[in-house]
Amino acid sequence: MNKTLDSLQVGQSAIIVKLENQGSIRRRLLDMGMTPGTMIQCVLVSPFLDPVAYKIRNAVVALRRDDSKQIIVEVMDE
Amino acid sequence: MKKLVLAGNPNVGKSTVFNALTGMRQHTGNWPGKTVGNAIGNFSYQGHNYILYDLPGTYSLISHSKEETVARDFICYQEKDLVIVVCDSLCLERNLNLVLQILEITDQVIICVNLMDEAKKKHVKINLKKLEKKLGVPVVGTSARSKKGLKELVTLIDQNANLNFHPTKVHYGKVIEEKIELLEQEFLNYDLQGLSPRWLALKILERDEKIYEDICQFLGYSLLDDDNIMMIVKKFAEEMEASELKDYIVSQIMKKAEEIVDNVVIYPEEKDLEREKIDRFLTNKWTGIPVMILLFMLVFWITITGANYPSSLLYDLFFSLTEPLRQFCGFLHFPTFLTTMLVDGAYGTLAWVVSVMLPPMAIFFPLFTILEDFGYLPRMAFNLDRCFQKCCACGKQALTMCMGFGCNAVGITGCRIIDSPRERLVAILTNNFVPCNGRFPTIIAFISMFLVGFQTQSGASFFEVLLLIGFVLLGIFMTFLVSYLLSKTILRGKPSSFTLELPPYRKPQFMRVIIRSVFDKTLHVLGRAVVVAIPAGIVIWLLANIQLGDHSLLRYLSDFLDPFGKLIGLDGVIVTSFLLGFPANEIVLPIMIMSYMSLGNMVEFQSLAELKMLLVDNGWTTLTAINAITICLMHFPCSTTCLTIRKETGSWKWVGLAILIPTVCGILICLLNTILFHLFF
Repeated sequence: MNKTLDSLQVGQSAIIVKLENQGSIRRRLLDMGMTPGTMIQCVLVSPFLDPVAYKIRNAVVALRRDDSKQIIVEVMDE
Repeated sequence: MKKLVLAGNPNVGKSTVFNALTGMRQHTGNWPGKTVGNAIGNFSYQGHNYILYDLPGTYSLISHSKEETVARDFICYQEKDLVIVVCDSLCLERNLNLVLQILEITDQVIICVNLMDEAKKKHVKINLKKLEKKLGVPVVGTSARSKKGLKELVTLIDQNANLNFHPTKVHYGKVIEEKIELLEQEFLNYDLQGLSPRWLALKILERDEKIYEDICQFLGYSLLDDDNIMMIVKKFAEEMEASELKDYIVSQIMKKAEEIVDNVVIYPEEKDLEREKIDRFLTNKWTGIPVMILLFMLVFWITITGANYPSSLLYDLFFSLTEPLRQFCGFLHFPTFLTTMLVDGAYGTLAWVVSVMLPPMAIFFPLFTILEDFGYLPRMAFNLDRCFQKCCACGKQALTMCMGFGCNAVGITGCRIIDSPRERLVAILTNNFVPCNGRFPTIIAFISMFLVGFQTQSGASFFEVLLLIGFVLLGIFMTFLVSYLLSKTILRGKPSSFTLELPPYRKPQFMRVIIRSVFDKTLHVLGRAVVVAIPAGIVIWLLANIQLGDHSLLRYLSDFLDPFGKLIGLDGVIVTSFLLGFPANEIVLPIMIMSYMSLGNMVEFQSLAELKMLLVDNGWTTLTAINAITICLMHFPCSTTCLTIRKETGSWKWVGLAILIPTVCGILICLLNTILFHLFF
């Protein structure tokens, strides 16, 4: 089922389907390895609930919800 | 002299490799974006001389952020003999993105897989021989922090003329490869001045105006003036959108990186539990913020407690030398005027600066560096980002504020890690609300003299630390408030997107941290003290001793400013001291002391207790102290910082604003304090 990345709970993993972000953030996300087909896991939520950190290609990267809700993912079954 | 370039992702240890090779001491720490400018160093090996450039860390060379432009320009257009790409052993896949991009530009590349010690600790196995085969360029494994593998790296560098470079290329599929081939054929008619035809073809197909402009400028002519080339590009444009192509290129590179890593790296089965546990604790909803405040309290407590004793020791030492120095001047037959100017003016100021300022810094810095090496700073930015977002600013501002604790000028240079120009300006204009190490000891001194009463026993009281934290939090609150106001007025805009990498925790190297920060900072502070305090001491002494009519020049100045000072709950001397302290915040307190001494009749004193008497004799109350701390926290940046702001923003207008904002805030808060105080007491 397709969801947006920001809806992932801590510990959940998903496969990136599509980025709808535009401009420089799109480039940056791709450069960090968030290309379609890549697995991404939600690992940490900050005290004020935003940003959220994700594990991607063995690195942990924090994103703001405004950005992560434009990333379409397919949630993997536990 | 051979030219070498160090490139790599942020926070992979480029600067550590740089320092190890050149013996220099570039700032290192466990967070992305520390190296902001290009560092340059030299070394020689077996009689060959090398010049080494340390580029800012980048994830890629495609976009237009400041660091990427710097790195791209350097790798593409500068003359160089060898590019050394430093990689993080634990994050090889993403690092290979940059490696493969660089291999498209130049063949002369050595890959340095750094942090091999951490890979070993985490049971990650990397087959370097296989990696070398896959990439087609020499690969060497290093652990730069413990200097392992560097010898091999230097040997490789030294052999570079005899090495085989057959870098692997990413295959972009039939359609694109066809076009690349056609373009490469056309390029044969031109002198590309060393640019790789394949890279050039890709860039022309991408149709990125900025990059194309740079290429034209470098070549001195436009390849698109060629009708054949233009035809190929136009035809391709009909088949594929430029943005589509860029995405496609990145995903193909990533695919290749994935394939290589699958063949070369074996990850262990178990997950990284230790890291997760620490992270959950440090960024938890309930514990994240309290732990952050407690950590800072602990750092401040150790600083205040630890600084007391060495401070008085240094003070005694310096002032026991006053008499011998005076005698020595007499022995040289200096006129009395000159002797007092040198001993009381220059030496006195120097002694104060060193004994009051040095110990807190020598303790604060190592502690802070340990937090930095451990990897705590990015977590802080992670915890606080939401607040910055509410203020339409960038979470990385938390990192620049942390650097501001050391030195505001450094913090302002560090603002380069913030990509959005608007948010960078917000961070630059508010950095001064964080008290730097030149102001910290002054604030601590005022707190312990006036706000907590005197503690004869050693050790700072809980209350003292609490007050200090309170003032720091006031500064942070002002940062948020001013950031918000700026974002709603002259720097209007929405918070931009942001990515922040949280690196793995690394065990700080305690001994090295202590030696490095004490030694480096000590030399730095002493140097600054000599450069600024001595001439300033002489100027102040002259001002205090040149009589014009009935009074000294200093008296005229402070009398003139006195009404204004009194209005905001200070006095003329305090205002004068801050004004004259413009060259460096460290000298504000010594100026104050000297001014009061020249106005009154007390000549020498031995401790903070006597300093307090001096101040009380001159009309200081608790309110004066609170206001003095407030002004210390919020007034115009020092001269070095102002120059840095000019350099970073390119305009005196922003410098003016950076001076105006904190000064107005400080004056308003002092005024408010004074009014409230008089209403209630």
